[in-house]
Amino acid sequence: MTLELFLQHLANGISLGSLYALVAIGYTMVYGILRLINFAHGDIFMMAVYFAFFGVITFGMPWYVSFVVAIALTGVLGITVETLAYRPIREAPRISILISSIGASYLLENLAIVIYGGRPKTFPQVPIFTDMVQIGNIHIQLLTFVIPVVTVALLFALMYLINMTKSGMAMRAVSKDIETARIMGIDVDRTISFTFGIGSLLAAVGGIMWGLKFPSILPLMGVMPGIKCFIAAVIGGIGNITGAVIGGFILGIGEILLVAFLPKLSGYRDAFAFILLIMILLFRPTGIMGEKISEKV
Amino acid sequence: MKKNMIYTITAIIVLFVLVYIADTTLDSYILRILNLCAIYTVLGLSMNLINGFTGLFSLGHAGFMAVGAYTTAMLTMPLATKQMNFFLAPLISPLDKIVWPFLPSLLLAGLLSAFVAFLIGAPVLRLKGDYLAIATLGFSEIIRVIFTNTQRLTNGALGLKGIPATTNLWWTCGTAAFTVFIMVSLINSSYGRAFKAIREDEIAAESMGVSLFKHKVLSFMIGAFFAGIGGGLLGNLIGAIDPLMFRFFMTYNILLIIVLGGMGSITGTVISAFIITIAQEFLRFLDEPIFPSVPALPGLRMVVFSILLMVVVLFFRRGLMGTREFSWNKFFGFFSKKPLAKGGAE
Repeated sequence: MTLELFLQHLANGISLGSLYALVAIGYTMVYGILRLINFAHGDIFMMAVYFAFFGVITFGMPWYVSFVVAIALTGVLGITVETLAYRPIREAPRISILISSIGASYLLENLAIVIYGGRPKTFPQVPIFTDMVQIGNIHIQLLTFVIPVVTVALLFALMYLINMTKSGMAMRAVSKDIETARIMGIDVDRTISFTFGIGSLLAAVGGIMWGLKFPSILPLMGVMPGIKCFIAAVIGGIGNITGAVIGGFILGIGEILLVAFLPKLSGYRDAFAFILLIMILLFRPTGIMGEKISEKV
Repeated sequence: MKKNMIYTITAIIVLFVLVYIADTTLDSYILRILNLCAIYTVLGLSMNLINGFTGLFSLGHAGFMAVGAYTTAMLTMPLATKQMNFFLAPLISPLDKIVWPFLPSLLLAGLLSAFVAFLIGAPVLRLKGDYLAIATLGFSEIIRVIFTNTQRLTNGALGLKGIPATTNLWWTCGTAAFTVFIMVSLINSSYGRAFKAIREDEIAAESMGVSLFKHKVLSFMIGAFFAGIGGGLLGNLIGAIDPLMFRFFMTYNILLIIVLGGMGSITGTVISAFIITIAQEFLRFLDEPIFPSVPALPGLRMVVFSILLMVVVLFFRRGLMGTREFSWNKFFGFFSKKPLAKGGAE
């Protein structure tokens, strides 16, 4: 393998990893605050891609308008899912909430099949992202550079939001202890909705860039990335935002390099994430950045 | 107690008479639905043992079913059909020379599933709650990915066609009755009590001397055994299988059955397996054009089912039966007018 080829694979890995990171942040934020795997997160991601698709194709909006509208709609969708599916049973055993989130995911998938149809559609191409550039001997899509830049920018914005603002402080308080946060006068319901909204916005940005990178879109396209991003969140240490980003990069780069170096195993690409997950769970269950929590009797 | 035994035996005889009548008189469409009902009963019970009785939230059922379905199919297919299926790459040897009868194939399918469950369970069952859910989901996906890639063993993504249609009402209802019998005996044994103790509180159970590892793995393996058998019955009923059949959609369907029936109720699972399977057929008209002017919306049926799952979880969290079970005493008590103290209905 030549150096150029390796760099090309590495660039692809980094951009895939950034996409995983964006979606993984949503998982990790929701888990941090509610201790819940939001199975519907992958489908919210899928919905964002379709919103953007219809904005451009059906309503003929310019791509930037359509993308902004799609991102906003997805945020609303995330908050709606939280209000309808999770809020009524927040006090119930965790298994019930987990089943509810599976139900929400199942519902979104089936709705997407009915509304959008089961056949793949082609996501519109935006020239300034999808054009190829040549650097030395490497041919690469501009998008490959845009994705990591957008991810890093959003990550800094999110860090600012969580560490420097009042809403961020409320989020941190709720994730530590819901009851105490409520006593301190924090509107818990609003904070949780806000968290879902932010997570869904990030998933929407990830989804739209995913659509630009892999233009064939399907109602079930969110399932695999969804599970993989959850895995990325677990690898990094669930509940920890920096961890989710690190996990996303490990997963994305690892996946691309595995296929690049061992083409024979390319059929097993989807299994790689799960094997990594099981290794992490067995040897370091709290992930790379996670803190050790011992169970209280 | 002895009286109840007689009732049970009578009920089994009645069941067999009904199966005989159904098998000879009903048309193949209704028979197929009844077969599916019975198979989903087996699958639901096996998942309920793991999720409902032992409290291990496992989402790996589709993987175990895939192991069972492929094992049974590979063992029962005639040699000529095997050759027709494996035109891309030849089938690996012993399998290309042997054809087994149905029963040993099914048993081996169950045992293989249980063995896979042991391999998976031994490391993974230390995890709890949602981590376990995602890890088992991951394993069932890995099984599917492996089956898609082992061209010479499973024919890869092409799947297997022309599996002999051995499954009939006798097989499915017989297996379902046998599964119910095993589950009832198991739940009422000391193992069953240990399972329930683990479900209620792991730490308390452990401090009472229940070996967590042993019982979790046992429950997981027994569940996988019956899931494998259910998968085998399903494969030989439908006649064609491919790896895509065993996606998590399959697991979700079974999850819907046990949630509707009540996590931790054998009776509930049996009832809801019948309700869900019949409703899935009955609601098929939703996928057709309902009004002449409105075009058909294929997939609407599944939307109804996903809403049903949501409604059950949100508003009827305990399902149809909760953890209650059918018993002859309650059954007759319901019809008698005796006061409660003398065994009347509640």
